[in-house]
Amino acid sequence: MTMIPPVTAIIERCQALFDDLDFTAVKQWKAAAPGRRAIGYMPVYVPRELIHAAGMLPVGILGGGDQLEVIQGDAYYQSYICRIPRSTLELGLTGRLDCLDGMLFPSICDVIRNLSGMWQLLFKDKYVRYFDVPQNYVDSIGGNFYIQEMQVLREDLGKLRGAAIGDDELNASIAVYNDNRAAIRELYAYRAAKPWQAPTSEVYLLLRAGMVLPPEEHTPLVREYIAATDAVERPKRDNARVVINGAFCEQPPLGLIKSIEMSGCYIVDDDFVLVTRWLLDDVPADANPLKELSKAFLHRSATTAAKYETTKEEKGVFLMQQVKTGAAEGVIFAAPSFCDPALLERPMLQDVLKKHGIPYTAFKYAENTGQMAPIREQSGTFADSIKLWSAA
Amino acid sequence: MNTTTTVVKPQPAKKPQVQKEDAMWLQKELLAKNYGELASARADNRKVSATFVPGNLNELLMCFNFARSLPETNALQNGMRKKSGKMIMDAERDGHSEDVCTYVKSDLGMMMGGEIGPTGEVLPKPDILLLSYTGCFTFMKWFELIRHKYGCETVMLHVPYQAEGRIAPNMREYVVKQLKETVIPTLERVSGVKFDIDRLRQYMRESAKAEEDLVAVLQSAKNRPSPIDGYFGAVYYIGPIFTAFRGTPEATQYYHVLRGEIEQRMREGKGPITPDGEMGEEKYRLVVEGPPNWTSFREFWKMFYDEGAVVVSSTYAKVGGLYDFGFRHDPENPLESLADYCLGCYTNLNLPSRVDMICKYIDEYQADGLLINSIKSCNSFSAGQLLILREVEKRTGKPAAFIETDLVDPRYFSAANVKNRLESYFQMVKQKRGSATGEPMVISNAARH
Ligand code: SF4
Ligand code: SF4
Repeated sequence: MTMIPPVTAIIERCQALFDDLDFTAVKQWKAAAPGRRAIGYMPVYVPRELIHAAGMLPVGILGGGDQLEVIQGDAYYQSYICRIPRSTLELGLTGRLDCLDGMLFPSICDVIRNLSGMWQLLFKDKYVRYFDVPQNYVDSIGGNFYIQEMQVLREDLGKLRGAAIGDDELNASIAVYNDNRAAIRELYAYRAAKPWQAPTSEVYLLLRAGMVLPPEEHTPLVREYIAATDAVERPKRDNARVVINGAFCEQPPLGLIKSIEMSGCYIVDDDFVLVTRWLLDDVPADANPLKELSKAFLHRSATTAAKYETTKEEKGVFLMQQVKTGAAEGVIFAAPSFCDPALLERPMLQDVLKKHGIPYTAFKYAENTGQMAPIREQSGTFADSIKLWSAA
Repeated sequence: MNTTTTVVKPQPAKKPQVQKEDAMWLQKELLAKNYGELASARADNRKVSATFVPGNLNELLMCFNFARSLPETNALQNGMRKKSGKMIMDAERDGHSEDVCTYVKSDLGMMMGGEIGPTGEVLPKPDILLLSYTGCFTFMKWFELIRHKYGCETVMLHVPYQAEGRIAPNMREYVVKQLKETVIPTLERVSGVKFDIDRLRQYMRESAKAEEDLVAVLQSAKNRPSPIDGYFGAVYYIGPIFTAFRGTPEATQYYHVLRGEIEQRMREGKGPITPDGEMGEEKYRLVVEGPPNWTSFREFWKMFYDEGAVVVSSTYAKVGGLYDFGFRHDPENPLESLADYCLGCYTNLNLPSRVDMICKYIDEYQADGLLINSIKSCNSFSAGQLLILREVEKRTGKPAAFIETDLVDPRYFSAANVKNRLESYFQMVKQKRGSATGEPMVISNAARH
């Protein structure tokens, strides 16, 4: 009998979770103890600590990917609207999300915003909440508003489970997620240091596993992966180091990530599954929990197109930091078709990169994009040109 | 002090003979005056603001003597004058995606082309971009893009979404706090004018008067025949109040005159005035959801009045405020009232509220059905419209139809397709009247080239 190397076993498990559009893992988690509930959330960010503190499982719903046949969902959307809302509706209408006791729709764009109302109309017996986040970053203004929004969610979830959520429970959950974020930071740092050891197609699957597994299970899995992959030497290639930008909501198909890597790029940073890295450092777990979550959101969170930047000077700073910390040689803008936030942000970011002499290329995708050849060709040419210039 | 000049009376020589055209004439004057003010702002040493239509804070901006630009209005005016196509393509050549909102690209294209505004005058670069983040996320990117290119300062007013179908107290507080602590201090600094709350109250008093008259005009469509078209005609009626004039005595006068004219038409049992004159017999009464197409506005309207179809109510006529459900600017609570105004505009309502509103219109205006004009550019309006259509059909039993166009991108207006669709829809309405159990209309997809 041949032993499957641990790293392969971990990735196979993540792949199985990723492929399972029936959310069996969620169902199993619920079935393991009576009265368990699960709450779904869409990109980019919700404070999962609140759901966790209520003893519920936060479940990231990131669309249907390229394996889901969208039939009903298409009947609700015009051709010029991105894919993620239709495949998410498809998941809901085909009963695949019945295991969820509620859905959160974070404030990211008008499409997700309106989807929250569609959910209210179509799934009347489920808890549905549009989760607003502030675009004003003053503690006493946007911060207060955000704390109140979190308080409403906290009370709602408390009602769902039949008991209010205490500060101690919240602080405990903050600690759990601090650890999860730390593990993901370790994973990202490891990949940036040795991208040949931690291909992004694997890193991505690990992140996706965190959308359905409880954090207590996901965090050690991430660390086990780092140890397991480090134990097996993989060939190092002379690839171009790139940052991916624009994929913060509708996710690219896994095949697209693989294609970029196969074409000669090492992805050293990205904006996939941002919820796992939205808060940039530890949230104090021994103070007023909502206040601390708010401060982390306002002052120490990632940047994406859905978030306002108060001055012109801030534009592109986050991306440039990713480029610098990852020692990236270029940026690939990969945005979902018809995604206003990503596509409108792009020219500004490109302008900043131009000023810093960082090469970039750009294309659009859909979560069900099938034809990878053009993308592989484009990113391959991009990687070649980077190598050519760096050699010159 | 009110710095806007007093109303320019129509010149006797140009003054139309029939009273019905007084309001139209007044409106043209208003519009021309605003573009004139913008064009001469630098020479007059006035600062310039830019802001968006939904939930705009015109009364507040006037307190700081700003000349006021509304980029969406510029885009639509350019669209009506058939200038937007080139602007959009220029913006696309400059690196903007074909997928994104064409209002943004039309505006950026106009700026690239030397900022020549719709009337041919050069528009100044704004000194302040008041980013009232109401009902649309694209607004944020739009002003970030202008700021990025032209270095204009931006001030954000984040207006939370009415996701639960109501304004929660903390939402109002949040907006008021931003007004007090962020927006007003910034406007004071940029303009050099101290904020005077009594001046704001005075403007709001004017607003409320005009709002009262506008509601009377819009609700006149409950009559048979309707004396107005609540979509094509209404876009003219809402022009002043949703833009740089709300709060001025000129706007109040305009709405007073307009109301008089419409009430006169009502008494005379007349239908709406169309670009081709008096409309013939009223055969169909429709409610329309979604903004109009501007590049072929007249052609689009003609497809309706040629068939005897009148739009009795539209959601688009509420993008700048739901006055018909009772909101009025309240000078006694100025900042709270401004907050409610921002929070209450149509695209800030959740889908269930939008469905309720449309069903109510169908009922109260005795409409034959719903027509949705789905705009490619506008996710804020368009995402979810197919569910709105189903829900309204289900609840009212009235037929609904769906067409697709764009605001200012002429490439997305296919006249033949739209006309075909409309004609079959009118046929269906007719059949449905004949039989109590008509089948709902099959929805089909895009009308585009
Ligand atoms: S992919 Fe873009 S446009 Fe679509 S829902 Fe997400 S953020 Fe909105
Ligand atoms: S998306 Fe719609 S509301 Fe927003 S700027 Fe464009 S046309 Fe206006």
